[in-house]
Amino acid sequence: MHDVRSTVPKGEAFEAEAGLPRTHYLNATHGTAAWLLTKDHKRIGLLYLFAISFFFFLGGLFAMFVRLELLTPEGDLLTSEMYNTSFSMHGIIMVFFFLVPSVPAVFGNFFLPIMIGAKDVAFPKINLLSWYIAMIAGFMMLTTLLMGGVDTGWTFYPPYSTTGSSSNVVLAALSIFVMGFSSILTGLNFIVTVHTMRAPGMTWGRLPLFVWAQYATSLIMVLGTPVLAITLGLVFAERVFHFGIFDPKLGGDPILFQHLFWFYSHPAVYIMVLPGMGVISELVAAFSRKQVFGYSFVAASSLAIALVGFLVWGHHLFTSGQSAYAALVFSFLSFIVAIPSAIKVFNWTATLYRGSISLASPMLYALGFIGLFTIGGLTGLFLAALGLDLHMQDTYFVIAHFHYIMVGGTLLAYLGALHYWWPKITGRLYTEAWAKVAAITVFVGFNLTFFPQFIVGYLGMPRRYHTYVPEFQVLNVLSTAGASILAVGFILPACYLVYSLFRGGVASRNPWGAYGLEWETTSPPPTSNFLVTPIVTRPAYAYTHADVVSPYAGSTQGERDTGTEETQRV
Amino acid sequence: MSDAVHVEHAGAVGHAHHPALQHHFDDLEQQQRAAMLGMWVFLLTEVLFFGGLFMAYILYRSWYPEAFHEASRHLSVGWGFFNTLVLIASSLTMALAVRAGQTTNRRGQLLFLTLTIVLGAAFLGVKVIEYGDKFAHHLVPGPDFQFTPAELAPAAEIYFSLYFAMTGLHALHMIVGAGIMLVMLYMAWRGRFSTEWYTPLEVSGLYWHFVDIVWIFLFPLLYLIGGLSVFGGGTGH
Amino acid sequence: MSAHIVPVRVYLIIFGALLVLTVVTVAAAGVELGWLNTPVALGIAVSKATLVVLFFMHVKYSTRLVKLTAFAGFFWLAIMITLTLSDYLTRDILAAGK
Ligand code: HEM
Ligand SMILES: [Cu+2]
Repeated sequence: MHDVRSTVPKGEAFEAEAGLPRTHYLNATHGTAAWLLTKDHKRIGLLYLFAISFFFFLGGLFAMFVRLELLTPEGDLLTSEMYNTSFSMHGIIMVFFFLVPSVPAVFGNFFLPIMIGAKDVAFPKINLLSWYIAMIAGFMMLTTLLMGGVDTGWTFYPPYSTTGSSSNVVLAALSIFVMGFSSILTGLNFIVTVHTMRAPGMTWGRLPLFVWAQYATSLIMVLGTPVLAITLGLVFAERVFHFGIFDPKLGGDPILFQHLFWFYSHPAVYIMVLPGMGVISELVAAFSRKQVFGYSFVAASSLAIALVGFLVWGHHLFTSGQSAYAALVFSFLSFIVAIPSAIKVFNWTATLYRGSISLASPMLYALGFIGLFTIGGLTGLFLAALGLDLHMQDTYFVIAHFHYIMVGGTLLAYLGALHYWWPKITGRLYTEAWAKVAAITVFVGFNLTFFPQFIVGYLGMPRRYHTYVPEFQVLNVLSTAGASILAVGFILPACYLVYSLFRGGVASRNPWGAYGLEWETTSPPPTSNFLVTPIVTRPAYAYTHADVVSPYAGSTQGERDTGTEETQRV
Repeated sequence: MSDAVHVEHAGAVGHAHHPALQHHFDDLEQQQRAAMLGMWVFLLTEVLFFGGLFMAYILYRSWYPEAFHEASRHLSVGWGFFNTLVLIASSLTMALAVRAGQTTNRRGQLLFLTLTIVLGAAFLGVKVIEYGDKFAHHLVPGPDFQFTPAELAPAAEIYFSLYFAMTGLHALHMIVGAGIMLVMLYMAWRGRFSTEWYTPLEVSGLYWHFVDIVWIFLFPLLYLIGGLSVFGGGTGH
Repeated sequence: MSAHIVPVRVYLIIFGALLVLTVVTVAAAGVELGWLNTPVALGIAVSKATLVVLFFMHVKYSTRLVKLTAFAGFFWLAIMITLTLSDYLTRDILAAGK
């Protein structure tokens, strides 16, 4: 496959149109304060990138402990308490500090305003505030960690969290309470931005699917997160003020916690995967040079997921003592939620059909996503089937299910987005050959890690124990081996991406020849994103010609846009 | 940096920038629309934030109607009623303050904002009295909690957990609201609000009314479910 | 700005209505209506909230988007309550058949 990127030798950087622009958002102002007090959505996106990369590393460390412990059937590396703490901290950090913010806070922040032709998000100060809130929450979680961490699992179920586990739960719950507000503010900002900041001509029907996905995700953030916050707030109050709302001693009901928790946390799995789906739509279109098949269905399916995702949480309570009637209802509704996801998969596949596909590294991630997400979604349906779930609840089958979606899906999309937009963000090109090697390593490592978990779970290995019967050892060793390969797959990009900052070729405006407003501005973009407010005249993904088509009139530097100012409507 | 941006505006709007216009918006109208929608979306999150507590209330009230009934008799309907009137009045003064912004009436803004703050403070003052009373009568959840009849005590403790969670969170919102109103008062004093631009005033007004609405539900659900027999000071036992 | 300036008279009428409804809700609590007490109290609270939302918060004069947002909060709350109760209210139904 040919490399579609056009590189420019470094020496000629300032001559060619493709050279680094003289001033851009990265060099507009200097100094730590200029970064830490920035209101530029692009810089805030990068602040998030640094922060969550750190948390990803930390979460990965705990995953390593878990996998190493599971090499042998006996608990010989960690005590059971340490093991419990390891998988809890892994889950908490990965879910709340990596996956939830990942694509929205980094790429959503960076690209959503650019993709709709805005100068910034609607509330730049609130955007910065949300980063600080996230950092405060992160700091609290690190403190919890230093105090010994928590061992409740990422779900904080009472009565263990309220009466059993160590008092570290107090700070951990507060940390996630605080983190929730960061998420809420990001969602709020995106919703208002999409409604009020679109460039002239950027109608709802022309929004890139990435923006649609971000919008739907934001709805979930805004509607679900407050319930998580209040629920963990009550756990906090129960420990600190002796409130008794979930306390069975007083006649309180721990299952109420589960209802409220999953009212957020099932939709939250879509907070984690919808933005990734948006990325995949962009990648599939860009690398098959086609309009996404059934654009409006893909856009609408994002909204459908945001709605229906709120109706199925009870499938996490099948064995918790909820009524049999409710279990039936939730089981049925859970089958419905698969429909919009399936629509997306079908439409991506249809887009690939007869496209002129190039297997550039971001596309490798996209193809990986489509395959792995499909497996994750289908096994979700197994679990949603009431009868089957009674057998599989709390086994490694569940672990494999959600890792196929959260790692095989979201993380691959995140990496795909990172590779796709890296030249735009940094103005540099990384080594494509290495990127391909990394993508394949991740794919192989991932499957080797998690496929055996389907089998071992189906055979009955429960989750959250640090010992297991010897019959399961082979599959567990395979899984740990896979995890090591996976780790290599994550370290590789860290190396060649950082290398590219210093030695990479200079990226042109549009190295992939892709279609979209973000590719019309310089790489890296100027602080105000565009020198001239773009006027959009065509739908998204109008790959009608083989070469790049400008989506709006009057684009190049120096020209001033004399077109009439249309006012956008909400 | 905003060279091109300026040119656009000069062409489109035709007069100098309003000092309140932020650089990333095209005009004040867009900025106002964004702020209003932003506040509404924020209130949406608030509905669900309080919603979790209402859910817990619904469940336990339906499970323990008798204990809730008995426990509720320890609240003072009189104070609750008084505070309801205070909050409704403060909503009126708030609405009038926004109206004074719309009509560039600086004195009106100052008067009605001050009244709003005073009423808010009165509400909080009553709340302090009520909370003090609960402490005095061992009605605060925890090891000190005492309730007769004893067989209703555990569920009554749940009731009072909810009472403190809901009214406490509400009071917190009042405190934040009063702080915001002080800022508004300062801005009004500096003459910032006019027919052309009074967005902060309007947006803070929305918040204030929302907090009022929460109380409109809390009052009957917490104070009135025990009937009317107890007035004044929760000395029911 | 395209603001709708509501006459002071309207605000005063709404204020009066809210006062009356508050008195009514207290009075109704003093009457023994059996299971009806709660629905009556909630009905009055909803009416009061609606008045505040429509007039004090100007939703009556606002865009469709604002109306939709205001409505969405209560809609999602209803989802939460309904589906949670679909568990609690049916705990006995199928268990009886065991
Ligand atoms: C296609 C739609 C999906 C269906 C029908 C589905 C169904 C289920 C079911 C029934 C369970 C409960 C299994 C058990 O505990 O026994 C479950 C667990 C889980 N699912 Fe899914 N799922 C779907 C999509 C997703 C997505 C998109 C994600 C994440 C991005 C996800 C993440 C999770 C997680 C994290 C758990 C485990 C939670 C825990 O107990 O720790 N699922 N899923
Ligand atoms: Cu779920």
